[in-house]
Amino acid sequence: MRPRIQLLAPDLIERILGEAFELLMSPGVRVGSAPVIELLRSAGVEVDNGVARIPERVVRNCLASAPQDFYLYNRQGEKAVHYGGDDVHFDPGSCCVQMLDPDTVEARPSETRDLVRLVQVTETLPQFAAQSTAVVCNDAPSAIGDLYRLFIVLQHSHKPVVTGSFSAGGLPGMIDLLAADSGGQDNLRRKPRAVFDVCPSPPLNWSEFGSHNLLDLARAGVPAEIVSMPLAGGTAPVTLAGSVTQHAAEVLAGIALHQLAGPGSPIVWGGAPAIFDMRTGGAPMGAVETAMLNMACAEVGKHLGLPTHGYLVATDSKFVDAQAGAESARSAMLGALIGINMISGAGMLDSLACHSVEKLILDTEWIASAYRLVRGVEVRTETLATGMFAQTGLSGEFLKLKETRALFRQEQHLPSSVIDRSARGSQPPSDAFTRARARVDELLSIYQKPSLPEEVLGKFQKILGREADRAGIASAFRGD
Amino acid sequence: MRQSIIDGASDAATELAQQALANGIDPLEAVNLGFAAGITFAGDQFGCGQMFLPDLLASAEAMKAAINILEPEMLKRGSQRETLGKIVLGTARGDIHDIGKNLVATILSASGFQIFDLGTSVTPEQFVAKAKEVDADIVGISALLTTTMAGQKAVIEALDRSGLRPRVKAIIGGAAVTQKWAAEIGADGYSRNAIDALELAKNLMGTIASEETT
Repeated sequence: MRPRIQLLAPDLIERILGEAFELLMSPGVRVGSAPVIELLRSAGVEVDNGVARIPERVVRNCLASAPQDFYLYNRQGEKAVHYGGDDVHFDPGSCCVQMLDPDTVEARPSETRDLVRLVQVTETLPQFAAQSTAVVCNDAPSAIGDLYRLFIVLQHSHKPVVTGSFSAGGLPGMIDLLAADSGGQDNLRRKPRAVFDVCPSPPLNWSEFGSHNLLDLARAGVPAEIVSMPLAGGTAPVTLAGSVTQHAAEVLAGIALHQLAGPGSPIVWGGAPAIFDMRTGGAPMGAVETAMLNMACAEVGKHLGLPTHGYLVATDSKFVDAQAGAESARSAMLGALIGINMISGAGMLDSLACHSVEKLILDTEWIASAYRLVRGVEVRTETLATGMFAQTGLSGEFLKLKETRALFRQEQHLPSSVIDRSARGSQPPSDAFTRARARVDELLSIYQKPSLPEEVLGKFQKILGREADRAGIASAFRGD
Repeated sequence: MRQSIIDGASDAATELAQQALANGIDPLEAVNLGFAAGITFAGDQFGCGQMFLPDLLASAEAMKAAINILEPEMLKRGSQRETLGKIVLGTARGDIHDIGKNLVATILSASGFQIFDLGTSVTPEQFVAKAKEVDADIVGISALLTTTMAGQKAVIEALDRSGLRPRVKAIIGGAAVTQKWAAEIGADGYSRNAIDALELAKNLMGTIASEETT
């Protein structure tokens, strides 16, 4: 039996959806993109002064055309991530601007070498089913930053990628890059390797580029993941139930315009909801209420039969310390218990402002523990204990039993060297951060870079060059 | 009066302001000796973590309500409330995220600064024009996204071109903004949150005062 946890009673989910549909009519949803407004109008949606009032009937039709599940594929074309049901996957947090320097233990602007290191380490860890375009490369031109990050990840990884386009006009180049990787647009549509995060702005606002990206993704048939981020008390109602309702309304609106543009195109009920910290005005990602919001939002998505996403396994601490461990481990377990299909956020410190390879490695242990937890207590032997006692009597020699040797690997998560369970010996004990630093080197030594065909690399360079020209960047920049 | 502000009770503050006028109390004294003491207390309590943002917002609203009642009489008497300084605020061009900027506005205004809030997605020209119009001491530019941070640089360059700087100080803020970026674009300061922004603004007013005396 898979252990479960439930935050919302079925009648509360119905109330949440009921009010979410009301919000879509009044006050309605702000929509920034003119082509999207046209699309909504052609579906009979009233749009006045950029505010759309989307009737429940239109949204229900769109929900009916949205797929209940889909897969992301790795470079080899194998199924690697299943968005649907209660399957749980993790990927490192996305797009932060700073990196924790393990030598100085200070945050500094992140660069290409940091992204490469994160991708390399993630590549070696089976707990991460997908990569993410994890950090902004401050050493690359920001005008093509989104494309450049994806380019770096595709060069260094076989895994699927959680990515996103956060500036206007950047998406087509990224889709071209993925198509080059997959061997054409049709292959990309058939076996997508990436999912794109697309964010509404709370409250109830689909900005010009956000709504336009949904449209482009739907038409290209590349999976989109709606990341709605209400801040309870700040940009959304203070109650958890109220914020979950706003989240539902924002995602429902997104699904509507996405499915109107490309019926049947894969779409994820996702988010990065958080409470609003009433002292600092920040978004505390490690708060238990933030985890509760992610869980409750996912429950609503599951109720509608949609693939889900959430933002957990992150912390507000600036160091890889006790707070970081406690907050990240707790939310990894909670997210897995709900059965969120993709849980982003591992590796992140400082309320998503800073990434750390060392934290990512420790988070891997919490994730492995979460996977172990959701497997639950399984019955693996004909009798539970009597059969084994028939062999040992009262000798206590269980270590010798063939069952022990055959089953311990399934029964126990065997932690890596970052978890200290040793007896105190002659060596002075080390702390988790020190052990994680050593583990980074171990993992980097086993990492193998994929060898991409020259033809694909050539296409990558061409797309990067073309987009650099389009953005008006000195033609000398072609990436490396 | 002080308590009505601390309680964030706009109705009570309005009523007390009306009573003050009816009893012939100098409106400036009502502000300085009465209501402003409440805002100072609220700011201090917020600073040490005893009051929270919703409390502070309510105090700021109550203060606004009292001033609205007293202002016409102050103007009639030709007396003006002393402010800590004039600050023009807005988010950089292309950026519609204003929650951080609004918090800064509230906290600075509650603490006695005069705030001119230009809203979201403000062009460099609009920043410069407003700074000239109100004779601002400080211009604050907010940007959440790495893509709109370039807009902060554009405002600072426009302030330079207009000749307003170095007299007018430029400060920046936003989730992605760092000390390094502030230095790179030549900002006079940056803060990571609204509480630090208050300290920063006060320090800059000190700098302005010392520049004027030398």
